[in-house]
Amino acid sequence: MELYLKTNNTASAVALADIPQVDYEALYADLAERMNDSRYHVAHYFATEVEAGLRFYLLLLDDTSAEVLITSFQPDYYSEEGLSSLTALHPAFHPFEREMHELYGIHFNHHPWLKPLRFPHDRRDKNSTMDSYPFYSIEGDELHEVNVGPIHAGIIEPGAFRFICNGEQVLHLEIALGYQHRGVESEMVRNQNRLRQTLIAESIAGDSAIAHTTAYAELIEKLAEYKPDMDLARERVVAIELERIAMHIADTGALATDIGFQLYQVACEALRTMTINTTQAWCGNRFGKSLIRPLGSNHPLTAEKIELIRRNVKEIRRRYNEVRCDILEAPTLLARFEQCGLVPTHEMQRIGGVGMAARSSNLLRDIRATHPSGYYATELHHTPITKRDCDVMSRLATRLDEVLQSADYIEQILADYHPTDNIAKPDYAAPLRGEALSFALVEGWRGEICHVALTDSCGNITKYKVKDPSVHNWLALAIAVRSEGISDFPINNKSFNLSYCGHDL
Amino acid sequence: MLFGKAKILRSHGWQYIPDLKNVTLTEEFRGFPLLSDTDTKDDIERAAAICPTGAISTSPLTLDMGKCLFCGECARCAPRNIRFTNNYRLAATRREDLIVEVGQTEPKFDREAVRPEIAKYFGKALQLREVSAGGDASIEMELGATGNVNFDFGRYGVGFTASPRHADGLVLTGPISRNMAEALDICYHAIAEPKIVVVCGSEAISGGLYAESPAVERSFITKYKVDLWLPGAPTHPLCFIDGITRLREKR
Ligand code: SF4
Repeated sequence: MELYLKTNNTASAVALADIPQVDYEALYADLAERMNDSRYHVAHYFATEVEAGLRFYLLLLDDTSAEVLITSFQPDYYSEEGLSSLTALHPAFHPFEREMHELYGIHFNHHPWLKPLRFPHDRRDKNSTMDSYPFYSIEGDELHEVNVGPIHAGIIEPGAFRFICNGEQVLHLEIALGYQHRGVESEMVRNQNRLRQTLIAESIAGDSAIAHTTAYAELIEKLAEYKPDMDLARERVVAIELERIAMHIADTGALATDIGFQLYQVACEALRTMTINTTQAWCGNRFGKSLIRPLGSNHPLTAEKIELIRRNVKEIRRRYNEVRCDILEAPTLLARFEQCGLVPTHEMQRIGGVGMAARSSNLLRDIRATHPSGYYATELHHTPITKRDCDVMSRLATRLDEVLQSADYIEQILADYHPTDNIAKPDYAAPLRGEALSFALVEGWRGEICHVALTDSCGNITKYKVKDPSVHNWLALAIAVRSEGISDFPINNKSFNLSYCGHDL
Repeated sequence: MLFGKAKILRSHGWQYIPDLKNVTLTEEFRGFPLLSDTDTKDDIERAAAICPTGAISTSPLTLDMGKCLFCGECARCAPRNIRFTNNYRLAATRREDLIVEVGQTEPKFDREAVRPEIAKYFGKALQLREVSAGGDASIEMELGATGNVNFDFGRYGVGFTASPRHADGLVLTGPISRNMAEALDICYHAIAEPKIVVVCGSEAISGGLYAESPAVERSFITKYKVDLWLPGAPTHPLCFIDGITRLREKR
């Protein structure tokens, strides 16, 4: 029997009946072996209530063949034995197994780190609360602990960080999240108002509103058997690349701020303003909220807007490149960023790192290239940027280059674009396929976003699962700061700039 | 090296907005909504039905900016009833003033509701502690932007501080996740009196999309005196700057 159903990121939704239901032991044996190969990584793994207990779904990505492997299993609900933990072999599974443990009390045998993930309101053990997070501790007269959060010094989201230090050196950092949990996944299925679902998607992570909403829209379109026409697909790519430019510039500035390099800081602040004001001139919102809608758009580009975007992006590219060239020659900056916060390639792969952080550790994870959909699949052949040094500077250097690349893409896409009136108005009521599983993979500026939905026989969405790249990458930050001075934590943190709200949901 | 820096400086020139009180945003920006009645109610009923946060009431027609996420969809369903203008001066001193009525042409900012001691103590300098409780990061970034090179709100002595002990007030963002409710409360009490409370963003004002979620705990809003309500999703930096400026003005 086939263990997996094979599909890809451009195919339509799959019928639940077509998804193999396999024996967990067989799946475990297969994954134990298969996941040693870096061409595979896990996109999503979750459980959902069915009549006779729980059904587990797993989505695996094959980066070489662009295939998405889907499977499921349904263990005996009354069995007390638990499941053998995949995390024990492949740490990349840790957030998924922890989530299922937290929600349903499933025991994963030999899981090395079966701790709460986000303290959701519908967790199994209500006695487990934010305040009782079981932090790791080490005994020793020489050691001390540093507690940070949940409220941080700046205007940012909350999360609790605990460092165990030997003098100024960090031995261990543990990050406890969940403070931002507001019930995204359960609100997604509270009712079937798709405008409401779209707005929830926009609020998963405000700095990635365009990317997350694109994932939602593509997921819905697959269920509605709707192929977006080329113009719509093209405009979505312009939007998502603008978002990437804005956030990469913001992070360049933030890294400069943390080492007191004011010139780059203010230059990047101004450039980010210019970028998000361009998005605002397009759709009325600086973060691109309202720009992406299922089955259409409320803000199709006009000749004037195309002209404006091209002009601004060209200027942003020119000015950012000046900053970029100067950064690459600034010894005081390089001295702080080079060889700091290392996450070696194999380590990044083991923990399932994705996105620009993975690429900065020379691990090619980029949905635009490996599992492209829409315009990326047909027109724009993306060449991912990777860096070899695996340090803070690499993560900055990836941004430095990606801003220019995204700007070039936008220019290339818009140069010969003469919009017609083809783009439809959004449709919030198109009938959706029943008894189906639909997923969408989108490369946001942080990395791989994966949304999965299940429908009932009437085409109502009954389960909605969101995965922000931060779910994988928070562990990379914890690894990066090991053995660094604690004073280098801020630059490491900024070099990843992970999402709290995208993680906590 | 120096040449590179000189180039960056020359390329950027002056970036700050000279007069923060007279900025006009792009026509696309959705700010204060204008409402009008029509004979038939069909359009507006459709708009009310699709509004994801229940911000619209039909009889009589009102739109609650404290619930509105400014998605603009209602204005597409009922263009004769609702039109969003680019007026970003949305601040209110009383929660009920955020409910816009038919024929209203300006947001209501009730000076009478401003405590006189605010101008007295905070008129020259105001340091704020921001607490995000389920905010989606866009609003936190907008608050950060108020101090950036373009807006430079710091020139009026307003800024954000790390410790609540150094703060004159609290700025709340997010629908108040249950897991943050206690930390928020502790932070509030750590700020010395007299202090102000600013509730920033529609999600914070009403809970927004998460108003009915079991994962939020919103008693903070009713427990403490709120001095300023700032709608938006996210609140535009200029809305924040305008609201805080008017709150501190001497009467
Ligand atoms: S713009 Fe505001 S009132 Fe209108 S539908 Fe959107 S959230 Fe509702």
